[in-house]
Amino acid sequence: MTQTRLVEVRQNVLKHNDVLARQLRIRFQEAGVFVASFVSSPGSGKTAFLEKTLTMLRPQFRLAALVGDLATANDAARLARAEVPVKQIVTGTICHLEAQMVSDSLQDWNLNELDCLFIENVGNLVCPSSYDLGEALRVVLMSTTEGEDKPLKYPTIFNTADVAVITKMDLAEAVEFDLKAAHMSIQAVRPAMRVFEVSSKTGAGMDEWLKFLQSQFVAKAETRLLETV
Amino acid sequence: MHELSIALSIVEGATEEAQKHDGAKVEAVHLKLGRLSGVVKDALLFSWEIACQGTTLEGARLEIIEVPIVVHCENCKTDRTLAEINNFSCPVCSAPTPEVLQGRELEVTALEIIE
Repeated sequence: MTQTRLVEVRQNVLKHNDVLARQLRIRFQEAGVFVASFVSSPGSGKTAFLEKTLTMLRPQFRLAALVGDLATANDAARLARAEVPVKQIVTGTICHLEAQMVSDSLQDWNLNELDCLFIENVGNLVCPSSYDLGEALRVVLMSTTEGEDKPLKYPTIFNTADVAVITKMDLAEAVEFDLKAAHMSIQAVRPAMRVFEVSSKTGAGMDEWLKFLQSQFVAKAETRLLETV
Repeated sequence: MHELSIALSIVEGATEEAQKHDGAKVEAVHLKLGRLSGVVKDALLFSWEIACQGTTLEGARLEIIEVPIVVHCENCKTDRTLAEINNFSCPVCSAPTPEVLQGRELEVTALEIIE
């Protein structure tokens, strides 16, 4: 006789990715490298912002970047202008990065020789939110040309991010961007989130962002020192 | 859309679990799906059949238990359920509620198996 029985399981569906991300986070901590990832919709200026960040930080820090894209290596070629090691992760048809892809891409890099690693996710405001990459800081970008209500339309990605960056501030006036409304949208989906306003083109707002970023890696390095004492 | 890869992960996990029970036939998989999980219920159900095709789970149901967003309101000192996904403030006193207690779940909770 057959009968149906209920078996309790309790298994996180993304267990494999989460386990791998946790291992990556430990590896990054041990190597003393601060890892920040960037997520946004396509065309919001992730690559330009990353290029500016790399160029401005390069004189003082040892940097590297991983960039995810569906089909081309154009972003890596563009970022190579900042003269730091850059690797492209071409995901094929996959719309987001996973911890495994990050881990595979790091194989021939010595993490001990880096202060900060940037990971630029595939341009997508939906799928990347579910995948932990082992990063210490997740940065969500929105540009002034996208409209103020992006956070209300894609709350999950904003809610999983640590800080937000409003890009293309040099175009704000031309597109009649309502900065106050944008801040309200961000705070509605992620109360108390820190927000930066930048223009990668003119460099406006970059100092504040870089100051914040550096304070993050210093805080991280101090915790590490305390842990080893 | 990443629901197909999520569906494939569920099939994989459920197949492994069923093997622990002498390869019993799985009739249904129960899944807790938080509103903040980043996974869309309908897209997941659509992907489910495709993900099951040609596996031992073919024909199995996916029972989705939707989990609302529950936050803690510091002002009221009470946990509150949010009606909307894009308004993280207390429905009673309107204070901002950054602390999320529930709603990110993406978890297989049980299998219905035939022995």
